[in-house]
Amino acid sequence: MTTKLFGEPVQRREDLRLITGEGRYLDDLGKDALAAAFVRSPHAHARIRGIDVSGALEVDGLVAVYTWEDLPEGVRDPLPLLIPHPALTHGRTAYPLARDVVRHVGEPVVMVVARDRYLAEDAAALIEVDYEFLKPVVGIEEAVQGVHLVHEDVPGNVGAHLVQEVPSPGGAGAREAVDAAPHVLAFRLDIERSASTPLEGRGVYARWDADDRSLRVYSSTQTSTSVRMAVAAKLGLPLPSVEVIAPDVGGGFGVKIVHPWPEEVLVPWAAMLLGREVKWAEDRREHFISSAHERAQVQHVRVGFDDEGRVLGLDVTILHDHGAYTPYGIIVPIITATQLLGPYRIGAYRVEFSSIYTNTVQVTPYRGAGRPQGVFCMERTMDRIAAHLGLDRTAVRAANFIQPGEFPYDQGLIFQDGRPLIYDSGDYPKSLSMLKELIGWDAFPQAKERAAAEGRRLGIGLACYVEGTGVGPYEGGHVQVTSDGRVHVSTGLTSQGQGHETVFAQIAATELGVPLDRVSVVTGDTRRFGYAVGTFASRAAVMSGNAIALAARKVRDKALRIAAEALEADPRDLEIEDGVVRVAGDPEASISLATVAVLSNPLRYAFDEEAKRATQFAGPASMDRPPVEAGEEPGLEGRDYYSPVRSTFASGMHAAIVETDPDTAEIRILRYAVVHDCGRLINPMIVEGQIHGGVAQGVGGALYERMVYDGHGQLLNASFMDFLMPYATEIPFVETAHLETPSPLNPLGVKGAGEAGVIPVSAVIAAAVEDAEGITVDRMPISPSELYELRRATAP
Amino acid sequence: MKPSAFDYHAPRDVGEALEILAATAPHGKVLAGGQSLIPLLNMRLAAPAHLVDINRVPELDTIEAGGAGVRVGALARHAAVERSDSAARAQPLLRTALRHVAHPVIRNRGTVVGSLVHADPSAEMPAVLVVLGGSVRLARHGGGERDVPAADFFTGPMESAAEPGELAVSAFFPALTPRTGTAFAEVARRHGDYAVAGVAAVVSLDDDLRIRSARVACVSVGPRPAPLDVTEECGGRPAATVDWPSVARAVSLRVDPGDDIHATAGYRRHLTGVLAERALRVAAGEAADG
Repeated sequence: MTTKLFGEPVQRREDLRLITGEGRYLDDLGKDALAAAFVRSPHAHARIRGIDVSGALEVDGLVAVYTWEDLPEGVRDPLPLLIPHPALTHGRTAYPLARDVVRHVGEPVVMVVARDRYLAEDAAALIEVDYEFLKPVVGIEEAVQGVHLVHEDVPGNVGAHLVQEVPSPGGAGAREAVDAAPHVLAFRLDIERSASTPLEGRGVYARWDADDRSLRVYSSTQTSTSVRMAVAAKLGLPLPSVEVIAPDVGGGFGVKIVHPWPEEVLVPWAAMLLGREVKWAEDRREHFISSAHERAQVQHVRVGFDDEGRVLGLDVTILHDHGAYTPYGIIVPIITATQLLGPYRIGAYRVEFSSIYTNTVQVTPYRGAGRPQGVFCMERTMDRIAAHLGLDRTAVRAANFIQPGEFPYDQGLIFQDGRPLIYDSGDYPKSLSMLKELIGWDAFPQAKERAAAEGRRLGIGLACYVEGTGVGPYEGGHVQVTSDGRVHVSTGLTSQGQGHETVFAQIAATELGVPLDRVSVVTGDTRRFGYAVGTFASRAAVMSGNAIALAARKVRDKALRIAAEALEADPRDLEIEDGVVRVAGDPEASISLATVAVLSNPLRYAFDEEAKRATQFAGPASMDRPPVEAGEEPGLEGRDYYSPVRSTFASGMHAAIVETDPDTAEIRILRYAVVHDCGRLINPMIVEGQIHGGVAQGVGGALYERMVYDGHGQLLNASFMDFLMPYATEIPFVETAHLETPSPLNPLGVKGAGEAGVIPVSAVIAAAVEDAEGITVDRMPISPSELYELRRATAP
Repeated sequence: MKPSAFDYHAPRDVGEALEILAATAPHGKVLAGGQSLIPLLNMRLAAPAHLVDINRVPELDTIEAGGAGVRVGALARHAAVERSDSAARAQPLLRTALRHVAHPVIRNRGTVVGSLVHADPSAEMPAVLVVLGGSVRLARHGGGERDVPAADFFTGPMESAAEPGELAVSAFFPALTPRTGTAFAEVARRHGDYAVAGVAAVVSLDDDLRIRSARVACVSVGPRPAPLDVTEECGGRPAATVDWPSVARAVSLRVDPGDDIHATAGYRRHLTGVLAERALRVAAGEAADG
């Protein structure tokens, strides 16, 4: 059947437009808008003594210059702390323009508006800010000493401190369980900073309509609905007077879920004040120094285990570098702390984290959002246990797996959504056996030996993860069939290239029984759908996918009711196929969805031939009943929402074979294998694409990318020349296998897939390099230079 | 990342270009392929008052390969030189090394002479010019031309002997002589990146197939590519009996790398040795075959 598209590898419908230059990204809009540019702090920590803008006033084409002093009530307030948490006792956010102290290089200090971006940058370069230097606090080690403070009123630089503890079944605390275990290991792990680095930076374009006092804002955001509410609140505008649209967005990966950014408040405000269109498109250097980073953590691990490698107690203390501000709360370290346990049943677990301020770019979620760090911790721990006991690394994992019969499995922790961390479904032993088969785990030792005989060093590694996806609170979907038979789907969350136009259309087409080419999808446009949360946490397919399915089912029910009346049939005998409603077994008795849509909307006026059929003199009607029955609405459309009781838990396992050069210490990934379980697959081709992209970002994090700050808080590699995002040439072919354990929590049985690929890669590569070299790898990323130094340091 | 204002000049011949450069010196900057200059302008790390775009000067778009060597005009793109069979026959090191220069898209636009004048010690072509003992031809309005030997041309990181008002009109790469082999080896963090370390090597044999001369020039391990002669370390032996590891060690001890965010000085020194050995062995092998 042509319309049963759920589960089919349908080609992405958005690609032709996007890869032939027909995309409409933020900077493609507003060609005539005024341009904004920002004077940003060149210092990591300084007090502003004065700002002299007089030089800028000479620039022909300058329109306005704003400092914090110029901002009105509301606009001038600190930006919101989006996700408060009781443990975040010292949450701090920035002002949209620095008020008196700058706390990282790149913090905006002055906003300049000019005729174009060239002139705006000319003017910005002529503004002189008088700074009094303060001691910058850089790096977790320095920050935890608390000698110098990032925020004067935050002692010890500790923004948050949280402990979660799950005692053993016998009631022992984790530390007690570790101490009592037959084997105990203690070690430290380090992960460095990286960042989302979408190819399109952030950007905002605002149009103020002075006649009806309404504001339209385009933002390269992962949440247009929430930007809308924030902008309306900051500017004191009625919500219905503000519309926010996410146009084509060239990647988000987490950084664009943060909002409102300073520019998202300031650009609309300036557009209103000036009565002119204003646009700001972030440039690459700005993105590096003024958006957000992630990943950096120091982890202290103590683990106790038995002779089979079963973990009896795990005690982890995490120092999380949060940068200068905490606008997104402590979501990242919470996820690390809770998702660390992965697919394992751990005897007793204690995790403690401190979220530490430093004079660096703020830390907010980046694809994986704390999970890569948690998986690094757990999987490095598993490898150490295996090494200590002389056991196969897969055997130690298998000894600790939660078994398929144990779901739902309660880990006893509170997850990032404030709800219990209960795994809904999965089959970890099967995943592992599929992975071993795919990579050839059992035969590898012979291959390694053969290579060694030729002077080559090969190593194999693996890592497992469980990922909470599809967090609430809700998303909605709207499905409308118009009288031309076309189906219009909208949902409030946004797209950044995931393929939503395709998968949401597949869902609607399948539910309604219409061909795919009749379905169009709009996302992230508050004119079409006002209620939404946003795209993050691998939630779009789970949340909007289910909401759209439910909305489509409403439309289907209504279509069947109307068609049943028209065909004088029982709705239960009807089916919809190829956009036509038929009586099952009677091909003559049918009516198209287009006609049903016409009939659903009683008309007085005939604007075309189809419409005539719904006008008041067109046919017999009961004169005793109103044209629109009580409880009904005109039109063939439906709206519904999906709100899950809690997250659904996807899982996966990766393995890699690497080769390290004995002379140059170069690290090459020879094979990369992925077994992935995200419940039912809506579109396997798109899921694979998501995995490939995720693995690519993971390889970046494992071998190439890091944010290098010097002791003064200067970011030394704020360009794509020195921040080494891998090219296609650095990414191995990714071999994939899918396992489908449907989620019992949602109607479609799906789980999220967006972030998965990135999560275990650092752990996998560390394990493989360790295996190749016989050297302990306890920090990532690792470069050839670092491997060389590691060899020297461990040489006898 | 928008450049500050500049006056744009688009001369149609070398004479006009030289006139403009003379009139605007020292505030004029030559734009050829723009693969380094445009980013520098956009980041406002360079802000010349005048940009002299030589892309409409066809007489500079030349590659002349002859018995003596290959003369590459200021507008010859990396890709054109890389693809030139006559250039590769005259001096095979050109093609070998150019394949390490960035990516095809950059090579389609970037020029060999532009890369030389930019004088980045991490770039491949300066090392090639140095190891071959080539030269750069500089012209100035009313002042004729001068040829500057490679050893004198590179004066420091991003600094060359080209003076304000001068235009580098061509570079000359001497031809491969009989019983001589060349090689280029490098390690870059990502495919096409500037090398963490790299070595260009030239080895010549005498009639008895003993090493007559062996030279290298190293990339990314000092302020400028310097020629290193290791003939003595080869001890006049046949290639097969040369103690290449000790020759390579001599190379690694004579370079002066620094630490940066991509590599420690120690790793760069070690890597230079590894690459020197690889390049010298290949060059010696080619010399024996040639």
